[in-house]
Amino acid sequence: MSETLHAVSVEVNGKPRSAQVPARLSLVDWLRDDLLLTGTHVGCEHGICGACSVMLDGEPVRACLMYAVQAHGHRVTTVEGLAKPDGSMSVLQDSFCEAHGLQCGYCTPGMLIAAQGLLNTNPDPTEAQIRDAIGGNLCRCTGYQQIVEAVQLAAERTAKEAK
Amino acid sequence: MTSFRYIGTKRRAKEHPRFVSGRGRFVADIALPGMKHVALVASPHAAARIVSIKTDAARAAPGVLYVLTGEEFCANTDSLAIGVDAPKVTRFALARGVVRYAGEWVAAVVADSRALAEDAAERVEVEYEPLPHVIDPEAALAPGAPLVHPAHGSNLLYHRKFVWGPVEEAFASAEHRIAFRAVWGRSATVPIETFGVAAQWDAGTGILDIWASIQMPKFPDQAARALRLPGNAVRVHYDVDVGGSYGVKRGIKHTVLVGYLAKKLGVAVRLIEDRLENLRGGDMQGPDRFFDMQVAFGADGVIRAMKIRAVDDVGAYAGRSPFQLGKPVTAICGPYAIGAIEYEPISVMTNKTPQEAVRGFGQSPTNFAIERAIDRAARHLGMDQVELRKRNFIRKDQFPYTIPSGSTYDSGDYHGVLDETLAAIDYGSLVRARDEARRSGRLAGIGISSCLEPSGGNSAFEVLMNPKNENTTWMDSCLVRVDLSGAITGVIGNSSAGQGHESLVSTVLGEILERDPETIRVVRADSLTALPSNSPVGSRMAIMLGGAAAGAAKTIKETLIAIAAHNFECSPEDLEYRDGSVNVKGAPSKEFSWDQLVEIAHRKFHKLPPGIEPGLQAKFVWEVPTGGALPTPEGRIQIYPCYAFEAHVVLVEIDPDTCKPAIRKYLCGHDCGVMINPDIVHGMTYGGIAHGLGAALYEKFAYTEDGQLASGTFMDYLIPSAMEVPAMAIVDHCTPSPLTTFGQKGSGEAGYLGAPAAIANAVNDALAPLGASIDTLPMSHLAIWNAIGARKGAAST
Amino acid sequence: MKAAPFEYARAASLSEVCALLATHGDGAKLLAGGQSLVPMMAMRLVRPAWLVDINEIAELKFIAVEKDMARTGACTRQGAVERDHALAARVPLLRQALAWVGHVQTRNRGTIGGSLAHADPCAELPLVAQVLGARMLLRSGTGARTLEAEKFFAGPMATNVRPGECLEEIHWPAWSWRHTGSAFTEISVRHGDFAMVAAAAQVAIDGDGRCVRAAFGLGGVGGTPLAFPKIAGRLVGTRLDDAAVNDAAHAAATETQPGSDLHASAEYRRHLAGVLAARALREARERARSL
Repeated sequence: MSETLHAVSVEVNGKPRSAQVPARLSLVDWLRDDLLLTGTHVGCEHGICGACSVMLDGEPVRACLMYAVQAHGHRVTTVEGLAKPDGSMSVLQDSFCEAHGLQCGYCTPGMLIAAQGLLNTNPDPTEAQIRDAIGGNLCRCTGYQQIVEAVQLAAERTAKEAK
Repeated sequence: MTSFRYIGTKRRAKEHPRFVSGRGRFVADIALPGMKHVALVASPHAAARIVSIKTDAARAAPGVLYVLTGEEFCANTDSLAIGVDAPKVTRFALARGVVRYAGEWVAAVVADSRALAEDAAERVEVEYEPLPHVIDPEAALAPGAPLVHPAHGSNLLYHRKFVWGPVEEAFASAEHRIAFRAVWGRSATVPIETFGVAAQWDAGTGILDIWASIQMPKFPDQAARALRLPGNAVRVHYDVDVGGSYGVKRGIKHTVLVGYLAKKLGVAVRLIEDRLENLRGGDMQGPDRFFDMQVAFGADGVIRAMKIRAVDDVGAYAGRSPFQLGKPVTAICGPYAIGAIEYEPISVMTNKTPQEAVRGFGQSPTNFAIERAIDRAARHLGMDQVELRKRNFIRKDQFPYTIPSGSTYDSGDYHGVLDETLAAIDYGSLVRARDEARRSGRLAGIGISSCLEPSGGNSAFEVLMNPKNENTTWMDSCLVRVDLSGAITGVIGNSSAGQGHESLVSTVLGEILERDPETIRVVRADSLTALPSNSPVGSRMAIMLGGAAAGAAKTIKETLIAIAAHNFECSPEDLEYRDGSVNVKGAPSKEFSWDQLVEIAHRKFHKLPPGIEPGLQAKFVWEVPTGGALPTPEGRIQIYPCYAFEAHVVLVEIDPDTCKPAIRKYLCGHDCGVMINPDIVHGMTYGGIAHGLGAALYEKFAYTEDGQLASGTFMDYLIPSAMEVPAMAIVDHCTPSPLTTFGQKGSGEAGYLGAPAAIANAVNDALAPLGASIDTLPMSHLAIWNAIGARKGAAST
Repeated sequence: MKAAPFEYARAASLSEVCALLATHGDGAKLLAGGQSLVPMMAMRLVRPAWLVDINEIAELKFIAVEKDMARTGACTRQGAVERDHALAARVPLLRQALAWVGHVQTRNRGTIGGSLAHADPCAELPLVAQVLGARMLLRSGTGARTLEAEKFFAGPMATNVRPGECLEEIHWPAWSWRHTGSAFTEISVRHGDFAMVAAAAQVAIDGDGRCVRAAFGLGGVGGTPLAFPKIAGRLVGTRLDDAAVNDAAHAAATETQPGSDLHASAEYRRHLAGVLAARALREARERARSL
């Protein structure tokens, strides 16, 4: 039995992308295997670890809990789309580097998406709000301490830049 | 103390930019042309005879290239290495004839996509005849127990009783004795990246290329042996980012399987474990151990002797896991001056998923047992737990200090670190906070642990536990090149899983050569071009890779000075090296710049001193400090060279109505000597504490009575999130190691080695007013409820 | 962990959903937020022949706050409900419960109707529906009907939705008493996990502090979320003092027949049921008194 293919058109990191995909192809597999956007990682494929987090229409979601076909007509932002327009690191990405908010880098793209999602709606979060926002993203390296500090640093820097 | 230019300063990790921008290169990111995908058929039974396997339907499924079973695989490959002397406990990636745990791989399907491979795997029909199984290690040791490997003749893999010092005399004469059992639950490091491997056979060159998510000594060698290939036919690529490991990313069985398929089928093949395979059949579960502890001590709190009987359940196959009972021999008395120790390690097989190396290689469970003993001894005497620790600590002036089992601790200041830690957390106010919480009806407890992180990674426990093994060499190495443009490149021979080895090497090279580490590149050789490495195990890389990089850089520096001396026609002693340039002492203008010296090395043979190789490169390979010895007949041996110390203080509160524990305060005092990159050391320590918190309260590979893994998804194997892990703080202390280049010690296992013990002690302190206690990890909500309930039940009868 | 193959249809309207369900019958499953269904499909525990995607149907995504109730479309995202201040003012228990549901990412995708239709006995929204007596409007090719929550939930992961029916909207009753307070609490091992036990309560008091209406319920202690209308009824007329609250909570816990699993035994769950029910009632009472 050959699987039915479905046409999808998705705006990925600001660029229109079109493809024919089988229904069962998850969004994260499509991004990684077909679009070669391998920054988004697969951790558990059952919606617990958050490594596959991407933004869908600006909001963080789990890309393992969506089929690619469902992204049709929507906007997806992956870690590759977080950089500034000139390609340099965003304030958040740079803050992760500065605060040592990562080690092996595997959960990092999902963490960045979750944290950016928070900062987009709450530019001055408390520590508790940061922990809540990344509470669905598991990290095994950092104990979260320096991730929380990185998000705090990014918030401070963004506020300073706005002044 | 020596002052450093780059070492110990805040420096951004070199690795970070690629990871935050999504440009890491993990094994699942590697797409080889025409690559096929593997899915596995796993045993549903804990023990069964395989009656038949029918693969026709699977072979006929869409997109399927091949279906491999154990009959073919085992006939054409050799067993994976068996660490202890148990030659009949052979182990292959696919079962042949018999399955020994639920989740064991029985067949592998190769197809165009992973989804198609999974579709076909469902069509493989395996007929099983269930056999009796055994899940409990004590039951496995009982006469008549079902044998996991009948050819081995018993479920016992290793048993020895070491007696170091006058143990019985001390017990006979001591004023106080306690005995209890401490149980460490089966948990593991469970990285967020599962294990993965891709392989490609080139029939033209006869080389099998392997990209894998590995952290394993002798990995290429073991893969080649099992595949019956010469060592130079297997090329392992180390430029693969590893998404976390902390010990477990060994994947040797996966690699041999995929290597075999790639060679046989002539196509690139990859196997990326999915999370279900990873948890159940990935063979990466950790120590599963109970300790029968006996301690003899005086009324003064001074411990005279300790007996430790440790029974460890390695699951269905041996591998290296029994050695996790051996590593703790190197710090078997912890930071305490205990003169007599009896240690009886017992390694047992059951029908569970095999065990793999976990952060600390058995040290954290041992530290947990020792620290529970300290806590219990203090409680027994009614003595303050800080005071009892201090009375037993090895004193700063006693180093180097040789413990009864033969290892010499290099340096330490245990009293100093504990004092600083207690001062930093304001111990007096912490006690008041606890007592205030208790007065308002909550359960609150303070836990302390003080323990060691043996570092340097000398795996001499191998020769201790297997007399047929004479491997005493545990080297590491680094190659440094300075190219014609004057740029420096460090070449290392291992993959990394977040430890920041590129940052480490560039910092060390920059320090010695006085060049900006930002400009220094660090690359990874493959296993056919690499100098020897034993990979990042046993908290060894700051010491061993850092030392190797420093050694190579010093040779470069000496070469540059020699070139200058030759051209100035003076003695090297008359010259000084500054920022890469060499000038005559007292005459700064008489100088060769870095660029000039590099040019001479590369292009001006006429200016090169005799005996100096042209070009500018140096290698340094060295044996682990203090390593290389065989054990004495009574089993005394120097294992690890360096000993970092950590003191944890934690305040835990437990809701008395719901039994939900929460960490209110966490502070770790840490002494790992000179820190090369403090952010990296702190990061690993925080991460280790969080991992220890998981082992203490949440994580367990639980098995049902019929041998099924009950925690086979992330909904049941509970890794703590940012909501469970508290804000933490670290107090640094520096007692340099006299054995290492800069005074550094290891820190890759920091935090994890003391956190479970401290949290266990805190929970017990919280339960103490109820007369309840728990010595079993994880101390789940349910376990706490049961402990309190058991106590209440006892009170009412 | 790749789903078994299936056919996919993206429905553009509710009538199209009904037509697809009529065509494909039992072989079809509705795909809303997918936060529970997709992992079950990845594990191949569920393998529908057809998935009918209702995520693009605008008429299923709305929040309407009316005088005596709030209405939500079945495919309204949990996150949208959580952020809606007018809804939170009228039916505060929903927002209180949603704080416990999964994580930000799952609430951004997960839907109100999907959670109800999934009918996990440990899940938060089914418990709220049960406690408030929410009404589920079901649509099929042949018409519409309404099911009260107590009739809607049939057992663990089971509802009385008939083949061919689609959950269209949910009516969440609002109480009109000025002094109405509600609360939701639960115990899970980790934050965001399914509850071992959850409790929800809503009480209204008159100007003298006397209870005029009370409702509470428990999740995780039976095949469906449980409400205890009779026991709650006994609270009416009391001042909701601690003794009365504790009695009610204890009575409710005694009625439950929880199961055991890796993380919680039946006895522990029953114990938690009493503790949490009392906490939810007390917290709801304090909120009512503070108004």
